Amino acid sequence: MLNLIWLLLLASGIIVAALNGNIEVVTSAALSAASGAVEVCFDLVGIMALWLGIMKIAEQGGLIKTLARVLRPIMKKIFPTVPHDHPAMGAIILNLSANMLGLGNAATPFGMKAMQELQELNHNSNEASGAMCTFLALNTSCITLIPATIIGVRVSFSSSNPTEIVGACIFATAIAMTIAISLDYWFRTRSPWRGKS
Amino acid sequence: MLLSILTTVSKWAIPFLLLVIPLYGYIKKVPVYEAFVEGAEEGFITAVKIIPFLVGMLVAISVFRASGAMDYLVKGMSPLMSRLGAPPEVLPLAVMRPLSGSGSLGLATELMRIYGPDSLIGRLSSVMQGTTDTTFFVLTVYFGAVGIKKYRYAIVTGLTADVTGLLASIYICNILFR
Repeated sequence: MLNLIWLLLLASGIIVAALNGNIEVVTSAALSAASGAVEVCFDLVGIMALWLGIMKIAEQGGLIKTLARVLRPIMKKIFPTVPHDHPAMGAIILNLSANMLGLGNAATPFGMKAMQELQELNHNSNEASGAMCTFLALNTSCITLIPATIIGVRVSFSSSNPTEIVGACIFATAIAMTIAISLDYWFRTRSPWRGKS
Repeated sequence: MLLSILTTVSKWAIPFLLLVIPLYGYIKKVPVYEAFVEGAEEGFITAVKIIPFLVGMLVAISVFRASGAMDYLVKGMSPLMSRLGAPPEVLPLAVMRPLSGSGSLGLATELMRIYGPDSLIGRLSSVMQGTTDTTFFVLTVYFGAVGIKKYRYAIVTGLTADVTGLLASIYICNILFR
């Protein structure tokens, strides 16, 4: 699936550029995106280090376990294959909370930590586990209570009511999240692609 | 009122976490600085691991965008959008949203600059930007961090969530703001 999407993005781009007679665009786009990707990763290094450092303190103090225990009834339903006291649960909760608060740069490190914990349960296979797919379904569709960036943009264009969109965002994300969780559940339990935990 | 609550929360959230977690750790007798450094070290390794995944994905997306292929996709979809009750101007944003976070923020900002943040287009683009996530970026980075190359059905779920979020945004904006 991903192989096909990746190929389609590249091939359709190159064909369109060739037909329009500006094939040189492909070269410059590819080269600048390649070095841009490395820059994105280096920007991530500091942020990752900061939040994973803070998270380690929370972990050693037992805060993550406490969080996981409080939300255990829900988490057990959503992630049946993850042991309820596993550190993955705490990391998932932190990631989703950061997402809800619109703290994108804290959410990413927590999310990666969650993936690493889930990967241990996955016996380091190179194929996504069911729990990982569920986590990503939740993550990409997560309810946003404070869409801080876009409110900032609206303020900068002197909107008469910058936050009027918050309710609409919550409504739309709630629907997207419901659909994502249901679809993931179907894939994981009923579909022909189920199988691995 | 709501604005001041929200800006206060988002202004204080990070300083609050940076204070409360180390303080809590210290009370629980965690060697806070040592623990911080130990955790931070993992951050570097993980970020470097993502590089090949992100290069692959961003190159493909960038070629797709820069070549004009994305514009054709937008043109092809535009009758469908107007049937759904959405102004065709927001379509590039809808297509861009799952592909690139900075790209779609740029488009949303541009739409608000041209049409004003309080127009239907401005409001709809705000809701779209605040609703769905950059699915391709999230999948690439998260799976990349653990070296997973087979995403199985995760991409279908993520993109379905994006489409659902888009449709729900159009629907709710038409009800609230039309």
